[in-house]
Order: sequence, then C-alpha cells, then structure tokens
Amino acid sequence: MKRHFRVWRGDASGGDLRDFDVEVNEGEVVLDIIHRLQATETPDLACRWNCKAGKCGSCSMEINGKPRLGCMTRMSTFEENETITITPIRTFPVIRDLVTDVSFNYEKARETPAFAPPPGVAPGEYRMQQIDVERSQEFRKCIECFLCQNTCHVIRDHDENKPAFSGPRYFIRAAELDMHPLDDRSDRKEYAQASQGLGFCNITKCCTEVCPEHIKITDNAIIPMKERVVDRRYDPLVWLGRKILRRDQLGSDNMAPSTTPGVAGTSGGIPSSRARRPEGAPVGPDGHMDIAELVAPLQGGLSPFGEDMTFPLPPEEVTYHHPEKDR
Amino acid sequence: MSTLIERHLYDVVVIGAGGAGLRAAIEARLAGKRTAIISKSLFGKAHTVMAEGGAAAAMGNVNSRDNWMVHFRDTMRGGKFLNNFRMAELHAKEAPERIWELETYGALFDRTKDGKISQRNFGGHEYPRLAHVGDRTGLELIRTLQQKIVSLQQEDFAETGSYDSRIRVFQETTITELLLDGDRVAGAFGYYRESGEFVLFEAPAVVLATGGVGRSYKVTSNSWEYTGDGHALALRAGATLINMEFLQFHPTGMVWPPSVKGILVTESVRGDGGVLRNSEGKRFMFDYVPDVFRKQYAETEEEADRWYTDADNNRRPPELLPRDEVARAINSEVKAGRGSPAGGVFLDIASRMPAEQIIRRLPSMHHQFKELADVDITKEPMEVGPTCHYVMGGVEVEPDTGAAFGTVQGLFAAGEVSGGMHGSNRLGGNSLSDLLVFGKRAGEHASAYVETLQARPKPSKVDVAAAAEVALAPLVRAGGENPYTLQQDLQAVMGDLVGIIRREGELTDALKKLQELRVRVANVSASGGRRYNPGWHLAIDLRNMLVVSECTAKAALEREESRGGHTREDFPKMSPEWRRVNLVCSLEETGEVHLERKPVPRMRDELFDLFDRSELAKYVTDEELAEREAE
Ligand SMILES: Cc1cc2nc3c(=O)[nH]c(=O)nc-3n(C[C@H](O)[C@H](O)[C@H](O)COP(=O)(O)OP(=O)(O)OC[C@H]3O[C@@H](n4cnc5c(N)ncnc54)[C@H](O)[C@@H]3O)c2cc1C
Ligand code: SF4
Ligand code: SF4
Ligand code: FES
Repeated sequence: MKRHFRVWRGDASGGDLRDFDVEVNEGEVVLDIIHRLQATETPDLACRWNCKAGKCGSCSMEINGKPRLGCMTRMSTFEENETITITPIRTFPVIRDLVTDVSFNYEKARETPAFAPPPGVAPGEYRMQQIDVERSQEFRKCIECFLCQNTCHVIRDHDENKPAFSGPRYFIRAAELDMHPLDDRSDRKEYAQASQGLGFCNITKCCTEVCPEHIKITDNAIIPMKERVVDRRYDPLVWLGRKILRRDQLGSDNMAPSTTPGVAGTSGGIPSSRARRPEGAPVGPDGHMDIAELVAPLQGGLSPFGEDMTFPLPPEEVTYHHPEKDR
Repeated sequence: MSTLIERHLYDVVVIGAGGAGLRAAIEARLAGKRTAIISKSLFGKAHTVMAEGGAAAAMGNVNSRDNWMVHFRDTMRGGKFLNNFRMAELHAKEAPERIWELETYGALFDRTKDGKISQRNFGGHEYPRLAHVGDRTGLELIRTLQQKIVSLQQEDFAETGSYDSRIRVFQETTITELLLDGDRVAGAFGYYRESGEFVLFEAPAVVLATGGVGRSYKVTSNSWEYTGDGHALALRAGATLINMEFLQFHPTGMVWPPSVKGILVTESVRGDGGVLRNSEGKRFMFDYVPDVFRKQYAETEEEADRWYTDADNNRRPPELLPRDEVARAINSEVKAGRGSPAGGVFLDIASRMPAEQIIRRLPSMHHQFKELADVDITKEPMEVGPTCHYVMGGVEVEPDTGAAFGTVQGLFAAGEVSGGMHGSNRLGGNSLSDLLVFGKRAGEHASAYVETLQARPKPSKVDVAAAAEVALAPLVRAGGENPYTLQQDLQAVMGDLVGIIRREGELTDALKKLQELRVRVANVSASGGRRYNPGWHLAIDLRNMLVVSECTAKAALEREESRGGHTREDFPKMSPEWRRVNLVCSLEETGEVHLERKPVPRMRDELFDLFDRSELAKYVTDEELAEREAE
C-alpha cells in the first residue's frame, strides 16, 4: 500500500519538505521507508543508521514533530491515511537532509571528568554488589541517541545556552559516576552544578519522555543530583540502609556546600527551582531500583506536546526553522 | 570538482572504532605514539554496540574449575581444530586480564553474590564464562573504551592544552585505500562523509579493525558498515586473507516480521531455557546431536530440563550445541517442510517460564521485540532462522603481534577483520574478548614497529591522485547503474549460491555471476553531490564487497568438506586431511583473486596433550596421532 510522506531535504543553506508516495509493507518501521526511498527515488537522501534495532542511537529524527528513533517507530502506529512528516532533529545544525552535526554532544562528553579508579585496588580485585551497580547501570543503558539533548528546551531554542549547559545526557553521566560504588571522586554533584549547568534545568521531564531506553533521567539522575549538598542528610535513600550508598556520600567531610557560584548559582546555595519538591528515586520493597521500566504501567511519559495535539499539523502551522550553525 | 586533500601526520592510524580499534588506539597512545582513530560512523556507534551475550574470559568467578586450558579446549573444539592454536592460547590466557582492565576504565558488569564479575552460560562453553551486563554487553564494552579514550584526551588536555594532541577521533570518515612506499605502509586515503572532501593520513603503521563482511548477504544481522573494507584494503596492499569460506550464520535471527528480519535473538534465550520447536511442536534438536558431542548433551527432555537448575549432574540441552549445528538443524527442518510460515522455526521461551522472569533476565530482548515488532516474547514464540552474522576468515596475521602476512610491512589487524583465531567457527562471546586481547596486541606491536623505523615511509603523489580518481569515479560517471540495485544483486548471488549450505554447481555459478557483477560495478554511477551522499558511499564500498565475496566463493569451492561455518552438501563429512589445510587468498597484479593451500601450523605438544586422545581422533589424521605418540 502506498502512504504519503513528507521528508525534509536540504542543507545548512536551507531546504524544504518534499512529498513522496512510498510503498509500505506490513511490519515495517520508518527507517525501512527511508531505505526504500534511497534504493529508488532518492539515492542520495542522507540519513544515519547502523543497527536498525534501537541499539546504536544513530537514527534520531523528528517524526511528525516528535523526537524518535526511525528504526523504532513502527508504521502501524500511524493512521492509514495519515501523512508522515520526517525532519532532522532540530537542536543541532543540519548537515544534509536528516543528518545533523551532533559534535556539541561529543564536546560536552569530553568536558565531563572521567571515571577515577580507586587507588590501590588492582584490576581483578574490584568487588561491588549487584544492588549497588544497578543504579549506575540504568544510566549506562544510554545509547547516545541525543534525543534528550534535542528535546531539552534549555538549548532547543536557545543556542546561547549551549556553552554553559551540558544537557541531560551528561547529567546522567555525572550521576552514573556519582553513584558508581568505586569512583574515587566525591565532587560529581558539585561539578554538575558548577560546570555542567545543572541549574538551568527546571525539571520539565521532557528528556525522560523521549528517551528510547526509558531511562528515568529526571527522577533518577537530575533530581538526586540537584539536591543541595547539605540536604544529603535527608536523602530518602539513606533510609534504605548504608549498603547502597558509598562511604564518602555518608561521611561528613564533603557536606559543606561548594564555594563556586556555578552557572546558575545553585551550588552557591541558591535554590534552582521551587516548582516541585525533589523526589527520590522510586525503590521497590526489596530495596532495588526499578531498572526495567517495562514493568511500569506507562512506558515513557506523556507526549511533550500535550495529549490533545494531533499530527501531522497542517503545513501552514509547521514552523520549522533550522538553527544557524553558530561557528 | 575540487581535489583538495587535507593532510595529517600520525604515528599509528587505527581504522575502525569498534572494540578492537579502540583498544588498539588506547595501547598505541599509552606507548606514546600519536594516534588517529578513524570510523565510518559516529564515535561509539560501531558494530560492537550490538553484541548482546557477553565476553568470554575464564575468570572462574562462577565455577572455580574454569581456567584458560578449559577455555582453550572449548575454543579449539568450537573451531573444529582449524584455529590458529597460538591465537586461541593467547586469547584464553589473556582474556581475564583484559576484562578486569575494563573495570579500571569504569565498566560495570553484572555481579556475583560475592561481588565479583558474574559469568553466564553460552553455547559451546563448558562453564559459565561470559562476563555480561544484562543483554547489552557490547554497548558497555564500547562505551567503556570510548570513555577511556576521553579520559586519556583529558590527561592530554591538562598537559598540552589540546584534547587532540595525542589521540584524535575522525568520525564519519571512510578510508578507501592504503598507500605504500615500496612494501611499507605509508598512509591511508579516504573521505569525510559529511563534506565529501578527501583526507590523507600519513603514518608508518596502520591497524585494521574494520569488522566483517555480512552486508554481502540478504539476511544479515550486520549494518551498512560491514562491507569488508578492511579485508579488501589488506588484499590491495599485498596482505593475504585466510579461510574466507567460514562464515557464521547465527541460528536464531528473526525471520518475521520484516522490521526485525535479521535481528538476532541472543543465545542466552536458549541458555536460560528457551527451546526450538518445529511446526509440529516437536523439540527437534535432540535429533541433531552429532557424534562428537554425544557425550556432553542430554538425550531426553527431562534430563535437559534438569540441567538449568543442576548443571553439574546433568548433561546440557541440545539447544546449546555450537551455532553451526543449530543453524544446520533449523535448515534441515525447514527443508523437510516442518518450518514456520515465514520459513524459520519457533523459539519458545514464553511457555517455559513466567513473564516476570523473562523480563528480568532478558530486558532488552523483550523491549526490542515489543517496540520494533509488537511481538511479546513472554506470550508467543518467536519465528527464527539462520542469519549471516560473523566472518571467521580474515587478514592472515602473525599471532603474537597481529602483523599482516604477505608482502606488506607496517600493517596490523585485529578483531573480526583478522582471521585464524576462531578456526572454522566462533564460540559466542569469544569475539568481544578477542577484540580486547588482539586489539591491545596490535596497538602495542604497531607502536613497537614504528620505533624500529629509521625513516618515515612517504606515500607517492601518483598513488594519492589515483586513489582520489577512483573514489570520484562513480560521481563523475553518468548513466551507470544504480549502486543499490547492484548491492541487491550481489546479496542475491551470495545469499542463494554461497549461503549456509553449498554445492559445487552453485559455487561455480556464483563465481561466474560475480565476474559479471564485477563488470557492472566498474560502471556504477551515483547521483547527487559530494556532501553526505549515501549512494556515492555505497558505490565506493561495492568494489570491496565484490572482491571479498569472490574470496569467499573461491575458498568455498576449493574446500571439499563440511566443517564449522562451511557446509558442502556434496561433501557432508569433516575430513581430517582438510584439517591440515588453510586456504589463503591474495590479489594478483591483474586484480584477480589467487587462492593457495597452506599447511595449518603444528600445535605445540603441551597444548596437544590437553586433549583426550579419543577426542583428537575425531579431528586429526591417524598419521598425525601416531607421529605424536612416537615422540
Ligand atoms: C547482533 C550481533 C550480536 C553479537 N553478539 C556478540 C556477543 O554476544 N559476544 C561476542 O563476543 N560477539 C558478538 N558479536 C560479534 C561482535 O560484536 C563483533 O564481531 C565485534 O564487535 C567486531 O568488532 P570489531 O572491533 O572487529 O569491529 P566493529 O565494532 O564492527 O567496528 C568496525 C569499525 O570499523 C569502521 N570501519 C569499517 N570500514 C571502514 C573504513 N573503510 N574506513 C574507516 N572506518 C571503517 C567502522 O566504522 C567501525 O567503527 C555480535 C555481533 C552482532 C552483529
Ligand atoms: S528535565 Fe531538565 S534536562 Fe530534562 S528536558 Fe527538562 S530542562 Fe532539560
Ligand atoms: S539518555 Fe536516553 S535520550 Fe538521552 S541520549 Fe541516552 S538514550 Fe538517548
Ligand atoms: S539504527 Fe541504531 S538505533 Fe536506529
């Protein structure tokens, strides 16, 4: 059966949505359609992909305005006569067609301090409990699709925030190291506040909603990281018993607030957001974090565009502007 | 069109940013060499991310009886004794160290009760041996290495003020040609995918870590990157390829629905209790246990089922036979008309354990099928069939250093692109550890090789200009054939005629068709410009796919026996005579593939003695056994 598609084609100098009618077979995903276009009408249509299985995070695009993985978006999720509009992710400068310049993310990755191995522990001597590694493992599920980065309003329409803001992907990296049972640094929270721009985040949860790995970015990483250092004493997680937390998180030596003011002054003691009270990570009766969110009643979250929005939007209403490359 | 060429000078250039490439680059940087990492896709997205099951290393954390000798034996058995014994030995000995090292880079593997790295069962491994993280071990491996590289770059930044001063990643950059100075490697030529501009890396040592060739097949688990570039680059530079006839067809790739066709169902589904059934509902694997394995595998369903809870006192279920056996069994069932509607068989875990347990043990599997195909593996069986998965053959290398054989110097290879280590069949989990062990060795020895050079080899201007011309040809040519059509035709030839079960007539036919394709590929043309043009990129890759396919077809025709990843219907038996033979391909001046027989190196006595004589009798010739006895 033929279905109608609109695909953005162009490059940094401009472009527009082109119309295509493409054969769609049962069981196919949006990436299959892109491949069919490449093999037939438009051999030079640029699009990234690798695994076609939701494991590599290459095929990020916006489908009917929603940030999605092309290989994980089944055609059967659309109405039979629905037009499907495919555009590049819009927070990053376009290179060509659906391919964007995501080097911002690699730069931020480079600025995030790496794992610090515990001194004096030889390779092969690392001992950690499963329950302790699971917290960090949740964040290590990240496939670096950068959909969370793309959707975060702090940079989505505000290029000027890019230098000071690392984005949700790198907040979970900092949280992962913070919760790593053997990481030797104890200033991950302070660093996130002072140098990653954690204070910009006002916990809108859009990042969690788009994450194809269903990582609870806000609840499990950002909120715990945002708790001011002095609040650690009241961390609900402490109640779970000392064995989940690392020695250094419980000790008193780093309870003092950081003296660096940070981007938003959060680490200097200025509260970042009063919109909602911080929530601890949800923990089951066995003390485990719920890492497989598949058991949760709702997968991911509500649509970032509101549940009453229908797609596709009439073309007149689609305001699609690609940000200029800022270098 | 402009032929401006950007130039970079490095000591070691690593082509490939998968597990092998990254590990090699780390080692080269640690040896103080200026290192470049080049990758066709973005950093951290190489094929290694797709590995699910785990990395095999005899750490003995779960069963303390495990050690390198047991691992070595399993590897040789899996490869049907055609493995390069020295590589199998190094691999078994060094894998645990390489895994432990990853923890110092920040990896978080699943743990045992006493806090060590947990290890899981996998087909062909005698003890639980695979270090794993749920079913996303490859992602953990690549992310860990990626982050280690970042951490080295941070050290360099602290010291020199530049992240890129000692190790730099060139992502979305494809190498199309290696450049030589006499018979020494002098550099690598390629293009930036983003801009289509050319780039020349001058370097005295190149490490190939480009992965496999699966893209030449119709049903494959491999991505667009797997066009055999490294294999072809090596051939053209004067190196040799060994045993290219051995391709692994993963027994359980999804065959339905189409959106997941080719995607693998990890072996751990079977390790955790999943069973294979035909259309009659029969658990057919019991009928396919070959004699060599008879002793280790259960004969009744009851015994097999007891094994999951009490592995010490029961024999394992036949679903855990090595991959080639399982793939062949499925193929036979389908041919006998007992297949599933889409031409596979049923893999059933739903009826074997409660839904929660499935979700806990196989979270990403469950997630993937739910999201991709709307299949709930806790409710219904999966439809699976053989899928082209891994190439055992590859660049013939010196086992200790990873240096390529043939006429070229300064060329090293590690990972899937290298050959020999896995013999005729790879055990699950042995690839990830192979990447680490030989990636490290290749990086180390490439650096050592650079030290020995008096003067840097220089690439010649003529060669560079020629490489640029070849790369541009499909764009310049008008009215040639569409690269996608050519790829489909190539896939059809390989899938239908050089697939899992092979026959002489079909192989000869395939060689003829490949010759025809060669003419057509020489006339391929790509529309569009130079910026991020996938059609053009494919047109360039086709030439590599073609020459590598030719090697596979030629070697498959030559080897008149069935062994591991090579099954000849007309020669169904494994032959001890053929076990002594490696098939080695090289490229003649004319561009023709030249095939040669070479003896398999003789295993050292102390390694030979690790095996039972009665077991050896199944593999080696009587004279060989007698010869050993006499000593
Ligand atoms: C679905 C799946 C599951 C698997 N599961 C397991 C498992 O559980 N356990 C296990 O041990 N193994 C497993 N394997 C096998 C294993 O993942 C691969 O063999 C291994 O990752 C190969 O790693 P590599 O470093 O050799 O190459 P890759 O990781 O494939 O990397 C190749 C690199 O080379 C680059 N490259 C290629 N050509 C060029 C060129 N011309 N120019 C520049 N760069 C180039 C690519 O961009 C890429 O970065 C699995 C494989 C698949 C497909
Ligand atoms: S929760 Fe914070 S990081 Fe996530 S999208 Fe909202 S502002 Fe951005
Ligand atoms: S956190 Fe989720 S959305 Fe963000 S990059 Fe990782 S996988 Fe993608
Ligand atoms: S292609 Fe890998 S996530 Fe879509």
